[in-house]
Amino acid sequence: MSPHLILRVVSKLLIPLIVIFGLYVQFHGDFGPGGGFQAGVIIAVAVILYALIFGMDEARRAVPPGAVRYGTALGVLIYAGVGVATLFMGGAGEPLNFLDYDALHPDQGHHTGQHYGILLVELGVLTTVASVMLAIFYAFAGRVPDIPDEEW
Amino acid sequence: MSHADLTQYLDYTLIAMLLAVGFSIVRLRNLFAVVILMGVYSLLCAAWFVSLDAVDVAFTEAAVGAGISTVLMLGAMLLTARESEPAGAGRHWAAFAVVAAAGAALFFAIPDMPVYGDAESPANAYLGRDFMERTPQDIAVPNVVTAVLASYRGYDTFGETVVVFTAALGVMLLLGFGTGGRRKEEEED
Repeated sequence: MSPHLILRVVSKLLIPLIVIFGLYVQFHGDFGPGGGFQAGVIIAVAVILYALIFGMDEARRAVPPGAVRYGTALGVLIYAGVGVATLFMGGAGEPLNFLDYDALHPDQGHHTGQHYGILLVELGVLTTVASVMLAIFYAFAGRVPDIPDEEW
Repeated sequence: MSHADLTQYLDYTLIAMLLAVGFSIVRLRNLFAVVILMGVYSLLCAAWFVSLDAVDVAFTEAAVGAGISTVLMLGAMLLTARESEPAGAGRHWAAFAVVAAAGAALFFAIPDMPVYGDAESPANAYLGRDFMERTPQDIAVPNVVTAVLASYRGYDTFGETVVVFTAALGVMLLLGFGTGGRRKEEEED
């Protein structure tokens, strides 16, 4: 019988919903409040909640610190990659601009390129922010033993 | 009583609660209670930002201030002490004088502030109005905050992402990568 049965059951129910809400915030950022930064924090919080309830070792098995370390750099690379891609995708005779999203899609009338660009760039922000928050959490929590039961 | 009046009283209530929480944080010695109260402070701030129609800022404040910061402060507290050292009984008159002067200056500046929601205030006129007018044609994204953040100011946001990455790099270099710490302790045992 686990000591925190109610906490475990409730958090198991909540964690998938938190992640889905994070994705909603990410992909709905063009239309409502939110964006990559908030979504990254929300997804990181889901993993941190898992770590608090089920212990650091379980969390490390679910989201390995090595992957988190690569994620911090991957997000920056996605963002910069979009910028470099727009540099090369500009049409002939057009000025080449870093992060000029209009080059991403030929449909200028509906600004489809802008939508793609914002979505991709926010994906980079999401990756970096979620990874960074988790990396900092792992760095702090990796140095202390799990919170003992009497301190709950 | 009009609609605006009621919102105004909500703002006063939130500010009064912020003040109360702020004073309790200063008075308390138990660091666990201080960390939790700082989370409460952030959540109250977020509620106030919603009341001021700054939903994006409120969202960030609730997620970062009340969520992540509280967890990280708790983690930092576990590494150090649970109680703060009692402050000396002496009164710091010089510090009080500085705070009183700064407060008086702020009150003196209040009449120069634009009225809340004033369309002609410097923050809303010029560039802000320009972005509001141009976004539907340039970007065609309903949320102007996202348009400014990710498209008009894409360079700045790229810089911010690099700053966040650098912060993690610094923490990882100082505290380790979260893998070695405990194993080392076990070896020492």
